[in-house]
Amino acid sequence: MAKTVTDVSCPFCGALCDDLEVTISDDGTKVLEVFNACAVGSQKFLHSASSDRVTRPRMRQEDGSYKEVTYDEAVEYTAQMLAKAKKPLMYGWSNANCEAQSVGHEIAEIVGGIVDNTATVCHGPSLIAIQDVGIPSCTLGEIKNRADVVIFWGCNPAHAHPRHLSKYSIFPRGFFTGKGHKGRKMIVVDPRNTDTMKMADIGLQLEQGRDYELLSALRVAIRGEELPDTVAGIPKERIYETAEVMKNGRFGVIFFGMGVTQSLGKNHNIDNAIMVTKDLNEYTKFAIIAMRGHYNVTGSGQVLGWQYGFPFATDLSRGFARYNPGETTSNDLLRRGELDAVLVVASDPGSHFPISSVKEIARLPSVAIVPDINPTSEISQLHVPVAINAIETGGCCYRMDNVPIETRKVVEPPEGMLTDLEFLSRVRDRINEIKGKARIGVPTAAQAQGA
Amino acid sequence: MAEYLIRNGFVFDPVTGVKGDRKDIAVKDGKIVDSVSSSAKVYDASGKTVMAGAVEIHAHVAGPKVNEGRNYRPEDKLFNARAGTNGLRTTGGFSIPTTFKTGYAYAQMGYTVAMEAAMPPLYARHVHEEIRDTPIIDEGALPVFGNNWFVLEYLKNNELENTAAYIAWLLRASKGYGVKVVNPGGTEAWGWGLNCLSVNDPVPYFDITPAQIVKGLIEANEYLGLPHSMHIHANNLGNPGNYTTTLDTFRLNEGFAANNRFGREQTMHHTHVQFHSYGGDNWGNFESKSDAIMDYVNAHPTLTIDTGNVTLDETTTMTADGPFEHHLTELNHLKWANVDVELETAAGIVPYVYSPDIKVCAIQWAIGLELALLATDPMRCFITTDHPNAGPFTRYPRIIKWLMSKDAREERLTTFKHADKVISATHLHGIDRELTFYEIAQMTRAGPAKALGLKDVYGGLAPGMDADVVIYDINPEAPFTPDQIEQAFSAATLVIKTGVPVVENGTVINNGNKRTLWVDAKVNENPQVLRDVEEKFLKYYSVSLNNYEVQGHHYIPNPYAIEVDVTQ
Repeated sequence: MAKTVTDVSCPFCGALCDDLEVTISDDGTKVLEVFNACAVGSQKFLHSASSDRVTRPRMRQEDGSYKEVTYDEAVEYTAQMLAKAKKPLMYGWSNANCEAQSVGHEIAEIVGGIVDNTATVCHGPSLIAIQDVGIPSCTLGEIKNRADVVIFWGCNPAHAHPRHLSKYSIFPRGFFTGKGHKGRKMIVVDPRNTDTMKMADIGLQLEQGRDYELLSALRVAIRGEELPDTVAGIPKERIYETAEVMKNGRFGVIFFGMGVTQSLGKNHNIDNAIMVTKDLNEYTKFAIIAMRGHYNVTGSGQVLGWQYGFPFATDLSRGFARYNPGETTSNDLLRRGELDAVLVVASDPGSHFPISSVKEIARLPSVAIVPDINPTSEISQLHVPVAINAIETGGCCYRMDNVPIETRKVVEPPEGMLTDLEFLSRVRDRINEIKGKARIGVPTAAQAQGA
Repeated sequence: MAEYLIRNGFVFDPVTGVKGDRKDIAVKDGKIVDSVSSSAKVYDASGKTVMAGAVEIHAHVAGPKVNEGRNYRPEDKLFNARAGTNGLRTTGGFSIPTTFKTGYAYAQMGYTVAMEAAMPPLYARHVHEEIRDTPIIDEGALPVFGNNWFVLEYLKNNELENTAAYIAWLLRASKGYGVKVVNPGGTEAWGWGLNCLSVNDPVPYFDITPAQIVKGLIEANEYLGLPHSMHIHANNLGNPGNYTTTLDTFRLNEGFAANNRFGREQTMHHTHVQFHSYGGDNWGNFESKSDAIMDYVNAHPTLTIDTGNVTLDETTTMTADGPFEHHLTELNHLKWANVDVELETAAGIVPYVYSPDIKVCAIQWAIGLELALLATDPMRCFITTDHPNAGPFTRYPRIIKWLMSKDAREERLTTFKHADKVISATHLHGIDRELTFYEIAQMTRAGPAKALGLKDVYGGLAPGMDADVVIYDINPEAPFTPDQIEQAFSAATLVIKTGVPVVENGTVINNGNKRTLWVDAKVNENPQVLRDVEEKFLKYYSVSLNNYEVQGHHYIPNPYAIEVDVTQ
């Protein structure tokens, strides 16, 4: 008899679906089947049971081959690397839970590290735009219950957030939206004819890199002012029509993705999209939500926020927190050669960073704390495989709308495997020993007794 | 455990009625005791002032909107970031300090308890993660109920027991402390971009009025016998002429009597009344109505208030009053953040500069002080800044200076750019009262502790109470300048929190033994409410019911649960 675990959260995308059901083997070690998840999320669970997983740390040898080492040796190497470093980068965090992130930050305070998360190559420009002009937003349940105009701009949830449309934004019947998708106008803006675009009531296939112009044109059209005949390749009649639909909705929302954050204009595109949203609040109710990628990249920004006040690119190398995107962001640090060690946690810069940055990681003392072999583990000096968060260990994660959800442990990790929280805690304690300090954040025994 | 003796200080303690007598305070095993052994560590408080740890009744210090404020205002960290030393954490931020700085800064001023003023239940986990990371001070959080769909539906049908059962369920699910109401009905209306500006404006679709919501929640609160009363931020905040709405809201409280075992006497706590005491009908003839407001408050013992003092700083406003923040961004054109929370509430954030050169800001400053100076019962009027809305909590020492010194406030009042207009629109110039140390102890310690239902634990120095003891370096019997008041209250000579010295000579020395307060209300099983909860989660929430409750283990490592039981 297989057991079923319900209300499981999915450790894939920022939609952080928490309604999965997973059947597991009697001994609680293997995932057998996954229900309610999309194809990607489902694979992530099933992969945990694959036989080719690396279950012990591996150190790179001089000939380029890897040799298995113990976790003790891995803790020692990592602690020594960070303790000796003058300016280590501690990058990633977006697939780790908030508890592990928090321990990482303690380490960064002790060793003077720079904590940066995957937003740096994803929604970092959105975070900068929010610092410029704010953000009128809402939770995903508000979309489900109220929204009758839904815009996807530079994103393709049909592939990147597969259940977004059915669970939150287009199809669900909510409290004031009993007609489901029939009561919603779906607007998609993208240079490509994506599968999301094919579903749209209004599809605006704009010229690539012209998002800022089209957003500005919408602001003009919303105010009823004159437009040139075409903007960004879109005829002005279509723009006026779209503006009318947006103004006449009862509750509208703009979802936007990396098509606008990482293309020409970057944070300025988002500035303008937010101002469109703000303008629309003069006429009706409108919100805007970033389609965050990793399932807990939002959580990393939150923990960094309450501990240091900045959502990413937080430089603790002087002991106090500094933030200056362009200076304290990972790729800028790597490409300027400012770093002397790299710790990667729960992410894969080897796949997503420019080759010049990847080469720099490969040149430096480096540790990758990631569950599986990936391009980053293959260029690091030490690969520390850990239990997969939200499958083999639980912890707090934040959805794309900042809603915190506690993920569940579904199965046991392979025997003897540590979680990233356990591994990082041991590294922190070892660094404190090396530096001869009391553990930060906890009073010493003498202090606790009031001595 | 350790013993301490705080020797020979001038003690001000409303709980024991001590008004500046020289006394010793003994501490053993985390409690105040009558006496200690000769091995106790002695702190000499000769020539200094001794009080209990202060109690913050209303501040926005943890949670999603506070953190959005931090993350979207990097400028708030300019020139104030500090490295951690001696086992302490890195700190930073001015109007919205990081969690570490929040704990340390409260402790340095002698505060040992704080109540987070507005917790969106869906984000309760986030609030508790921040509370956990705020060192030293004990904290609780008030979940918001005034725009919650369950509450609106039950109260529309006058279902008192269901309302109470739902409150009990949500307090447990969110690990919350009491019933907070923000712009009742108005924030739900904001879901459609609308608002409720009076107590009789019907809520769209739900067809219930703010008056019904307020009265229903007072009744449910007393039915449960919760330690704290219904805690309200009324409709129509911040608008000229809104004092009539405030008085209308006060009157909804008439006819209720407190029912609880905690010694709490009020049935309504109205917060940041400064923002609700405005006369005039536009910004030109904007004026203080603190007199009318305080006449009412003084005459009604079942009402407590806090002030919401404007501190004349650049700060970050944030409230669950979503429509107000939209209104504010239209006024000052600074960056606006907003979050509407499904079925429950909303929140908005806008930075604000309270400039002494702007007439309205100066009038707001005066109103906040007038409220405290016109209060005849300091046990029912508490000092707050509605942190960070009217100013950061780190300005409490300055507010205490203004309240204790006519000279200090006259110096400020008469040097405003529009001093003449400000004086003619307010009453402050004609008020000579200077609050005493004893009255300050009532307004910042014994009063708020009693209003929170915690009078036997916090805010006093009677044997058996928690050992939260503070020494301030000021001699009440020797002459002192106004600035010495501010200096003394800014950096306590000694702070003992639950029996552990955490601050010495103004410096934090220990991360303390922080606890999280929450109220565990037991009610008879209510199948109707459980069915409604299941249905709403199935149909309308975006998270699963089984993933909603905040589990204690990780989020609340050191709980202080207060039980109430109405199962008979």
